[in-house]
Amino acid sequence: MTNYDDSPVRGGAAQGPQAEQAATASDPNIASDLAPVDAALTADGATGRGEGVGQAKETEGLSQGQIVRARFLRHRGALFGLITLSAITLMSVLTMGLGPIRGLWKYQDHTRSGDMVNGGEPSLRLPFAGGGFAIGDHPFGQDSIGSDYFALVMSGVQTSLFVMLVLGLTAMIIGVTIGSISGYYRGKIDMVLMRFTDLIITLPVLILGAVLGRLLDVIPIKLDATAAQREALKANMPLLLAVVLGMILWTGLARLTRSEFLSLREREFVDSARVAGASDWRIITKHMLPNAMGVIIVNVTLLMSVAVTLEAALSFLNFGIKPPNVSLGLLIADNQGAFATRPWLFWWPGLFIILIALSVNFIGDGLRDAFDPRTRKIPSDRAMKKAARELAAANPAAAIQEAK
Amino acid sequence: MLKFLARRLGLALGILFVLSILMYLLLDVALDPLDDLRTNPSPNRPVMIANRVAMLELDQPVWVRYLHWLGRFVQGNFGMAWRSGQPVNAILSTAIPTSIQLVFASTVIAILLGVTIGVVSALRQYTAFDYAITFVSFLMYSLPIFWVAVLLKQFLAIGLNDYINEPTINWMIVGGVALVSGLFWVGAIGGEPRKKLMVFVCAFAATFGVLAYALLSGWVQHPSIGIIGVSLMALATAFVVSVLFAGLNNRRALGAALTAAVVGIGAWYGCQWLFFYVEMSMLWMLGLLVLAIAVGALIGWLWGGPDRAVSMRGAVIVSIVVSVLVFIDRVFQGWQQYSQMGTIRGRPIATIGAETPGLGGDFWITQLDRFTHLLLPTIALVLISFATYTRYQRGAMLEVMNQDYIRTARSKGLPERLVIVRHALRNALMPLASIVPVDFIAMIGGAVITETIFSWAGMGRMFVTSLAQSEVDPIMVYVMITGGLAMVANLIADFLYAVIDPRIRVDA
Repeated sequence: MTNYDDSPVRGGAAQGPQAEQAATASDPNIASDLAPVDAALTADGATGRGEGVGQAKETEGLSQGQIVRARFLRHRGALFGLITLSAITLMSVLTMGLGPIRGLWKYQDHTRSGDMVNGGEPSLRLPFAGGGFAIGDHPFGQDSIGSDYFALVMSGVQTSLFVMLVLGLTAMIIGVTIGSISGYYRGKIDMVLMRFTDLIITLPVLILGAVLGRLLDVIPIKLDATAAQREALKANMPLLLAVVLGMILWTGLARLTRSEFLSLREREFVDSARVAGASDWRIITKHMLPNAMGVIIVNVTLLMSVAVTLEAALSFLNFGIKPPNVSLGLLIADNQGAFATRPWLFWWPGLFIILIALSVNFIGDGLRDAFDPRTRKIPSDRAMKKAARELAAANPAAAIQEAK
Repeated sequence: MLKFLARRLGLALGILFVLSILMYLLLDVALDPLDDLRTNPSPNRPVMIANRVAMLELDQPVWVRYLHWLGRFVQGNFGMAWRSGQPVNAILSTAIPTSIQLVFASTVIAILLGVTIGVVSALRQYTAFDYAITFVSFLMYSLPIFWVAVLLKQFLAIGLNDYINEPTINWMIVGGVALVSGLFWVGAIGGEPRKKLMVFVCAFAATFGVLAYALLSGWVQHPSIGIIGVSLMALATAFVVSVLFAGLNNRRALGAALTAAVVGIGAWYGCQWLFFYVEMSMLWMLGLLVLAIAVGALIGWLWGGPDRAVSMRGAVIVSIVVSVLVFIDRVFQGWQQYSQMGTIRGRPIATIGAETPGLGGDFWITQLDRFTHLLLPTIALVLISFATYTRYQRGAMLEVMNQDYIRTARSKGLPERLVIVRHALRNALMPLASIVPVDFIAMIGGAVITETIFSWAGMGRMFVTSLAQSEVDPIMVYVMITGGLAMVANLIADFLYAVIDPRIRVDA
């Protein structure tokens, strides 16, 4: 149901549009009880129905990476997502620069106020609205103190993307480490680590995130930090927030990695590696992790889409990113009262949040299809009929034979 | 089974205990109760600080404070929101019902809508309809709720209120809605091009007609259902339920459903007298609902036949729907009086709060007031949350439709309706057992952002304000309640799953 925007506690089963993946993951014991049954059913299905025959031909002579890439590029939604996300990233980096490197846009300092031009209305003109295409001085308009809104939104986009990446990376490192250790060693270690995971899962992410966001805000005051330290903390707020949020979002990933490892460690190639004298570290990193990588990558991607909305929600509640940093959620929170008079202050950041989250979701969906050997491209009815017609045209006798 | 339950409960208590310690330590760092005094220019600042330190026992080490808190908590005294001086128990007694009110309707609607659309989308896999639903659900999933809420306030609430005061009909929008509805039904029903065209024309005309009637006849200004509306909808429900769950060939099931509908229509007259002479309450409503369910079951039982359960189920569903219709009809009868009340000022659709302060009026007016306040947050929550159910149910249904027993059912010549409803749907609904309890129990924790935007004084809002004002007690109670309920919910989910799915053994 809910995404992290609106919090109701979700036990920790994987959430979101892709929730179907973990239909029964609310308890690891039960999930693992169920897993062999499901696996048996699907394996049976794959061989028994003669499916996958055409598949073998399709993937003949290709490496795993090539197959995945081809499948990913075939997924139209994923391609759309990839292109949109790249375009947004490129646009924000080109216009606002990256870190110390200055961008090309004329208003680099988004905190600077300026004179209102034309009541702060957007100067962007699109061809279909009449008057031809024009970017103008302030394409997205100006906010209430006259700062250029395009600069603000682009900085916000950068913050969102940055938080998304750092959060995904942090969550991946923690989740995969904990999941693989407890799946590989089982026993007491598994027990302790999984109870720790349960502990973190118990609370809704939004709640923990809000408390931690508040913590980041209060710490410099409590420690009587000097002005310079405070400035440094403020400047690195997005980084800190992303790391902190990553430290609470890893739980689902840990559970998935664990269940993946539990089944992988029973496989023959792991036994043979062990017999050949490989160390635990080598078995985990060289033999098991690459086999679990598909699941991990897909779920990290989906985690990132959650991260975008979560960061926006926290900033909206005022427990996330604070000025002078800019974030899309913060822009919406600051300007929600101005909707009736200056709606563009509200439209632009919302539009970019949606575009980013949507693209990442589609990329995740495409990746899942690409890594899942069970998905096949199903031709549409129209394509089937067309193929049948072509076949009939090429070889009428055979078609008649078939029709009989 | 008992051993399993005991072990899980013990574990849950242990986790909650550890959680309370960690949370208390974390909050001790994250909250700064002295923040407003540090910058206070008044000369007696040290005295004020000393007073507050004494009040909040800040001179004690944190573990002493934790033990004090734990002692009070175990005895059921949840402490104090010290900035306002309100005891937390008092806040909770209003906040919990408010949150449940807010989230109950939207959770139910989101589940029903999401599951239905998910199933249909799976049955039409790889069609334009399926792709459109997938896209829409991804879009919904990416929407930030605070953004949607502001849009709803701006367009829906203000637009509707303006329309009620000064009706001007925008035919473009009416046509657009009718077009979307036509396309939706074409995609959902499918079939040959001829059938598709017919479905499209019918759906388009029906939607357009209903909307035009509602707008032109002034229905929007004075919404009502009336006995005609109740009758039509009751009979339609009876037919739809019979077609879906029994098939029109099962005359007994159809008879039972229709009887239930007719009895319900008769009960409408009785209820008007009852509602007029007796002051109603929520308890009365629940009692009447239970009575209606019992009557429905009895009707189904009397129609009987070899497949008695099917008739009973159909009749019960119809009687529930009719009861809800009668209730809504009576609530709408107060509309005229409500919209002209002084406190409403002619703008009945509310944008903030859970009720109009100082409204007065009887039970029905209060219910209507609740409706108008629930409208916007419910729409926002449903929009955001139904997408997950759609995706989830689509996945589950696809999984089931590929199983061998579906092939068997088809090959022995069962009609497609039976294959889908009896063989596929029942199995595809099983995974819901693991998410529905979690969602239902989670709603007591409230929807943090929705409550903040719409100014509902529920649990989520209590958390947000207390966190901003550095009040530790309300936050701790909130954390303990949401944490405890999450554990209970997961326990129920596992238990339900074990009961439904024989492949799972919990004793192992």
